[in-house]
Amino acid sequence: MTIDELNEIKGSYIDQRKRELEEGVVTVDVHMGTCGIAAGARGVFSALQGEIERLEMKTVKLRVTGCAGLCSMEPMITVHLPGQAPVKYGKLDAAKAREIFYSHVLGGRPKTEYAIGQGLEKPQKRVELG
Amino acid sequence: MISPVSKIAYCASRTCRFRKPIDVRALLEKGLDELGYRDRIGLVETECLISCFQGPSIMLLPGGKVFQVLSEERFTETLRGLISEPQLPTLPPPGEPRIEPDIPGIEHIDFFAKQRLIVLRNRGHIDAESIEEYIAHDGYLALYKALTAMTPEGVIEEVKLSGLRGRGGAGFPSGTKWEEARKYATFPKYVICNGDEGDPGAFMDRSLMESDPHAVLEGMMVCGYAIGARQGYIYVRAEYPLAIQMLRTAIDRARRKGFLGRNILGTGFDFDIDIYPGAGAFVCGESTALMFSIEGKRGMPRIKPPRSTESGLWGRPTCLNNVETFANIPQILLHGGAWFRSIGMEDSTGTKVFSLTGAVKNVGLVEVPMGTDLRTIIFEIGGGIRGNAHFKAVQLGGPSGGCLTEQHLHLPATFDTLQAAGAMMGSGGVVVMDDTSCMVDVARFFTQFSVDESCGKCVPCRVGLKVLLGMLEKIIVGRGEPSDLDRLERQAVHIAATSHCGLGQAAPNPVLSTLRYFRHEYEAHVREKRCPALVCTDLIRFEVDAEACKRCGVCAKVCPVEAISWRKKEPAVLNRDKCIRCKACIRACKFKAIH
Repeated sequence: MTIDELNEIKGSYIDQRKRELEEGVVTVDVHMGTCGIAAGARGVFSALQGEIERLEMKTVKLRVTGCAGLCSMEPMITVHLPGQAPVKYGKLDAAKAREIFYSHVLGGRPKTEYAIGQGLEKPQKRVELG
Repeated sequence: MISPVSKIAYCASRTCRFRKPIDVRALLEKGLDELGYRDRIGLVETECLISCFQGPSIMLLPGGKVFQVLSEERFTETLRGLISEPQLPTLPPPGEPRIEPDIPGIEHIDFFAKQRLIVLRNRGHIDAESIEEYIAHDGYLALYKALTAMTPEGVIEEVKLSGLRGRGGAGFPSGTKWEEARKYATFPKYVICNGDEGDPGAFMDRSLMESDPHAVLEGMMVCGYAIGARQGYIYVRAEYPLAIQMLRTAIDRARRKGFLGRNILGTGFDFDIDIYPGAGAFVCGESTALMFSIEGKRGMPRIKPPRSTESGLWGRPTCLNNVETFANIPQILLHGGAWFRSIGMEDSTGTKVFSLTGAVKNVGLVEVPMGTDLRTIIFEIGGGIRGNAHFKAVQLGGPSGGCLTEQHLHLPATFDTLQAAGAMMGSGGVVVMDDTSCMVDVARFFTQFSVDESCGKCVPCRVGLKVLLGMLEKIIVGRGEPSDLDRLERQAVHIAATSHCGLGQAAPNPVLSTLRYFRHEYEAHVREKRCPALVCTDLIRFEVDAEACKRCGVCAKVCPVEAISWRKKEPAVLNRDKCIRCKACIRACKFKAIH
């Protein structure tokens, strides 16, 4: 491993994310730390996964990430819609996750009643946006 | 004609049916049949599509266009129009991302905006199982910088310059520890990461290992390079299965990519990391006990010196740091020690992750610059006290720490100020208590914890803590005497002065700090035989105060044994022979009329 290879890994990851962005791929991060799982994040995850499989959606990417820090609002998800600030949702269950899936992920209309906030914390950034 | 629509999702919730009694499925089936698309466009039933007051609606996929089905008339015509329109997702407009006006920005939410993320910068942001994602977020760049552009001494200098102090509790300067470990020319040397987070109410290390394991690994690798070690161990308690799983995956990925193993990054540096699941003894979080535990011996602290940096694991020089300490290292090397020193206070630099729990509205992980005052942490980031209760105390540092009161809320959270006030930074557990907590009971809880977890090696901790617990229990059941308070204090001071290791020395802290700041509560227990917070059941008389009673009868309804009789417009009467002292009535009474 050299610095070139390191940069190559970084570059190819960013390229892949850019391609996804151009294809309009919506990324949904389910925050599944121990706290999230204890609050029911697995149910949220499988609900979202179930909908994606049912609709055979190729343009929705489900990711598992760690705890977002606000344990009292778990289970949480973050929806990254291309061209839109990421929206964090909290206190979800399977039914609410499905609502968000149709309304926001597929329909592009954020579900404000479940939203906590939008944007990313400093110094987080989306590498693909440069 | 080929329709771009591949699926139609329709809303089948009861709310929509009530609003418009239309059988959407039958309607869609009929329409698609007539149009000849029955086999090509699938129908998917959903619970809710957009919002119930607009339903019933259908959604055309892909694309997500929504149409409200308001009437059955001419639906086939409408459907024909809908499915022939292009449905491709619209590309995001270039430039700034679109902001939704009704959702607050993160920068306006105190919980997020008042934090400063260094260690937790990747929280909930990257997939912990993907090493590519970590690398894309500047991961392993610090390791590369250390191995190719810095000498081991240079790395240690940078860490010393940063002023980083150990995040496990004691606050020992990390650079000095690394320098010590480098000094001895005995090989092999070891790097140990202490992930045995045992304090009640502390969970920051767990979260860190779960959400950003590579940062911990990278910090350990840099440490190995700096002190001349080739082997690292991560000691994680077995109660953290997800953390162990994430670390295993991370180590595996790092090995495959060549960040662990022989000749790392082509520089000739060899280093590998293994995981040691701890069996769950609190004392194994103490460094020397932890090392015995890895060696397969009974986890008990030993007398220092020699320090672990001289003779640690298997008698070799060993550098042991906390998870959070290691996670700081990559950022220090990337941005420089001076940058890190500029954050926080003079003698406590950088940030600290606190796990904020208890009676606050926002429970969670909080990373703030050192020196942020407790009021900001509890009332601004934490959102204040939950419910109608009032702030009473904050417990810092777990069973080794102490309770502070409202008058300490202005204190900047640094290693030294908290110590001076009778609490400690500890690993960073912050348990906020409201006025429904009895401080004697809190002291008993933590003493009980220390009694259970005492390793038993030295007498003051093994026997002394038991005696201390006995005195507290005596007070709690109402048999305490005024002289007990002085004896309690004397006993606590003795244990602190004569215990063998840090755990025993700090174990009386909860008692000492509550005695110092809440002596009046102890006095109420021993002199008036009364528990002001109505927690200690034996000291509650279970009487209805006829004047305070608003004659609502709620208490009579919640009583499981019908010990309370109540008639309209009359104060409730409690029959103490029937009462089982479950406190259901006390919790239910809004007027605090039962005590």
